[in-house]
Amino acid sequence: MAAAVPEGVLAEDAIKRPGQHTWLHAIVRGLFITVSLTFLAAVLLAPLATVFAMALARGVPAYLRSLGNPDTLAAIRLTLITAAVVVPINTVFGLAAAWAIAKFEFRGKSVLVTLIDLPLAISPVISGMVFVLLFGLHGWFGAWLQEHDIAIVFALPGILLATMFVTFPYVARELIPLMQQVGNDEEEAAITLGAGGWMTFFRVTLPKVRWGLVYGMVLCNARAMGEFGAVSVVSGHIRGLTNTMPLHIEILYNEYNFVGAFAVASLLTLLAALTLVVKTLVERTGYRRR
Amino acid sequence: MRFVKPSVLPGFGLTFGFTTFFLSTIVLLPLAALALAAASMQWSDFLHVVLSPRALGSYRLSFGASFLAASINLVFGFIIAWTLTRYDFPGRKIVDALIDMPFALPTAVSGIALTTVFAQNGWIGRYLEPLGIKVAYTWLGVTLALTLISMPFTVRAVQPALLEVQRELEDAAETLGAGRFYVFRRIILPTVLPALLTGFTLSFARAVGEYGSVIFIAGNLPMKTEITPLLIVIHLEQFDYQGAAALGVVMLAISFVVLLTINLLQAWGRRQHVAAAH
Repeated sequence: MAAAVPEGVLAEDAIKRPGQHTWLHAIVRGLFITVSLTFLAAVLLAPLATVFAMALARGVPAYLRSLGNPDTLAAIRLTLITAAVVVPINTVFGLAAAWAIAKFEFRGKSVLVTLIDLPLAISPVISGMVFVLLFGLHGWFGAWLQEHDIAIVFALPGILLATMFVTFPYVARELIPLMQQVGNDEEEAAITLGAGGWMTFFRVTLPKVRWGLVYGMVLCNARAMGEFGAVSVVSGHIRGLTNTMPLHIEILYNEYNFVGAFAVASLLTLLAALTLVVKTLVERTGYRRR
Repeated sequence: MRFVKPSVLPGFGLTFGFTTFFLSTIVLLPLAALALAAASMQWSDFLHVVLSPRALGSYRLSFGASFLAASINLVFGFIIAWTLTRYDFPGRKIVDALIDMPFALPTAVSGIALTTVFAQNGWIGRYLEPLGIKVAYTWLGVTLALTLISMPFTVRAVQPALLEVQRELEDAAETLGAGRFYVFRRIILPTVLPALLTGFTLSFARAVGEYGSVIFIAGNLPMKTEITPLLIVIHLEQFDYQGAAALGVVMLAISFVVLLTINLLQAWGRRQHVAAAH
């Protein structure tokens, strides 16, 4: 994500600026606000509203019934399992990477940072495909895996790997700049005064970066639950078994089960809204991205 | 010279080791498999796949629609960023928070929702239909989906740059008799141009790889509305791993060039910035 502007910050004295061409200013202002809001209403708000309008098109009971469908529940469960496995692993990775990169000077650091960001620059389809090339039936280890009856592609491990790949940088790239910004002085003081490494980490570093960590984890979770392309390639789309929520949406939609598809979509939309709320709250605590 | 500068802080070996190990296992080795799969092909087979009419048609759509979407975002992203930084109006903070929605919203949801809104009988599609404009299941729909998912990149790149424009300079110029447009061209545009270009490249890079939101609205007809990532999936479904890898390598090569361009543009922007300060 690009660097966000702090919530609620306007360019200095944007409201009252005496001595300007007031009527021209007013016309331009009105035009800019109208164009912005119309554009956002057409491409963003209309689709968001449609999700709920379609999900509730046959009333609340039909909505709840479609969410209670066993295949839908299985998809929800798989998505929750995926996030529950992937987010903690990538959080531990993000903390380790941020500690190594922000606290120490070593050669090749910028290369390492670039490599960590790599998954963001790669098409989701390619992110999924690399695991098919490795573990698929005709892949490098395909024959060996089949002999030993181990399923990775078209099974849970493949979904976990692909999700881990696409969400890999999220926690790390929030924490690295933040840890660099807050500096090492307090940690060095703690160590000099005799605190152990782990104690310093938990008592000094973690409290300083906790909002950045929360933000990174929330973004990681949103992407983990919502990933479509990468997971679609490795999942095999087996109903009730390897369908995550986004994949289940596709199946229901292609079967013209619009209430069902949009019902699942409405849950993911609420998750996205919740993500934005957490982001806004975290920014309100004073935490700023660069 | 030592590899790492000495420090009183502990844990470098552990964290650096874990980071590089995990990075290698999850990201680098799988990507190496992709490169190997493509490299194990005969050169003529590789060219046969990546230069087939169907592949060329998919590049035309993927890169053309992405370029168009990034251009649309250049204009509207600038207008939105300007509106959010320069004007106050009711609901501005909510609109500002909503800009990130396309990042948070799963692409499959954006895809089915956009298709429904712009289909013939959709909320907006029904008004475009009589005008002879078909959005869903055409290249126009592909462009629209790519515009939505890459919109935040431009807005978020331009916003900080607009905040940096020195209002004193604008005021001074106006006091000295410069028109609004002259001020825009000579003061505002030079300051935000590097940010606009960065936003454009980021939007473009994201749009080229996009899959989820596009496949619902595209119609997916070979040569007409089939994007390159979909063609890769089709190769994979036919167990043509090498063909898929070849197309993937072509896409990665182009993404790499785009990333390189971003870095060069940013370096150029910094030089401009330093030059302007002197």
